Amino acid sequence: MQTAKLKRTSLYVSGASPINMIQAAFYNEDCLVYDLEDSVPASEKDAARLLVYNTVRYHRPANKYVIIRVNGIYSEYIDEDLEAAVRANPDAIRIPKVEYKEEVIRICQRITEIETAAGMEVGKIEVWCNIESYLGLINAYDIATADPRVVALALGAEDFTASMKSHRTKEGLEIFYARNALLTACRHAGVEAIDAVFSDINDVEGLKEDTALTRNLGFDGKTCVHPRQIDVVNSFFTPSQKEIKYALRVLQAVEEGKLQKKGAVTLDGSMIDKPMELRARTTLAQAEAAGINVGEELL
Amino acid sequence: MVGTLESSDIQIGLSPNPGGGLDIQLQSVVKAQFGDAIVATITEVLESFGIKDATVNAVDRGALEWIIRARMQAVCCYATGTQFEWKGEDK
Repeated sequence: MQTAKLKRTSLYVSGASPINMIQAAFYNEDCLVYDLEDSVPASEKDAARLLVYNTVRYHRPANKYVIIRVNGIYSEYIDEDLEAAVRANPDAIRIPKVEYKEEVIRICQRITEIETAAGMEVGKIEVWCNIESYLGLINAYDIATADPRVVALALGAEDFTASMKSHRTKEGLEIFYARNALLTACRHAGVEAIDAVFSDINDVEGLKEDTALTRNLGFDGKTCVHPRQIDVVNSFFTPSQKEIKYALRVLQAVEEGKLQKKGAVTLDGSMIDKPMELRARTTLAQAEAAGINVGEELL
Repeated sequence: MVGTLESSDIQIGLSPNPGGGLDIQLQSVVKAQFGDAIVATITEVLESFGIKDATVNAVDRGALEWIIRARMQAVCCYATGTQFEWKGEDK
């Protein structure tokens, strides 16, 4: 049975800091992103790559969706980063500053080549694409559908606003269109949408307002830059009773369809497809993560 | 020199020791409990790089085994001027 992997919170941790990498496993984030890019100085790239490789391959934290963010597609580090990241066997590789589908195709081909050479299961490692420019946003749907490995797009607001010559504000009006455009592309492509970070780690009220918008717009999760943001963001992804009841009805209908050997299942006159089933499982997983007992028979 | 003096890290320097074999100088707050294990990890990585004559100066701040291994791999790459041999990690 397909299980829902929650992606409410993605915490970046620098690949240059052993203490931060060790501590990061003990917070409540759903996704732990070991970073080789912005948080690692040029002089530390090779050492960080080995730290992340050894950590993820041999001591990956349990119950986390583990991601490695590699350096830029056109950087001098990308080839070595992919050699290490693929062999570390994370759940996903996060690619920064994606602008064209051809870039995704090329990276995914390289991942396949390394998986094959290393004797690994081909196709298991997923890909997240960071959308951090107006070009990436314009091409978001093509990027999201460039390869079956792509399961999520994540908005990077700082670089995006720089590319737009706009100014970043806490209110976020300057990224309102980008958020909606990214969401639209993700929904059409059937991949998950991850919202940008809220940069002021000392402004809890600001984070709450921003995350409420994240949730209400329809994002599946949000990137965090500091552990203290995790529990606040997670709390906004707790489903309502109405959502939980509907999710239970969806899964009940799916189970009844299986028992009756039906190829297609409907609920309230609407066909239930695989994405609906997965969304229902995600809703229930979010409820469980928030401590709500929804029963176990359908999970 | 690779690594830092922060908690959970280890700082390692590697220099030639022609004809002198392996000379491993270790400072660690947990030397009494884990000194032998730390030296074993350092030695194992040196051997994997084919390094037989070298002086290692390591200042440990409570690094876990895989952190020590990663730091040693990095310092060996720097010292030998090579890229890490990723294919050697394949099953």
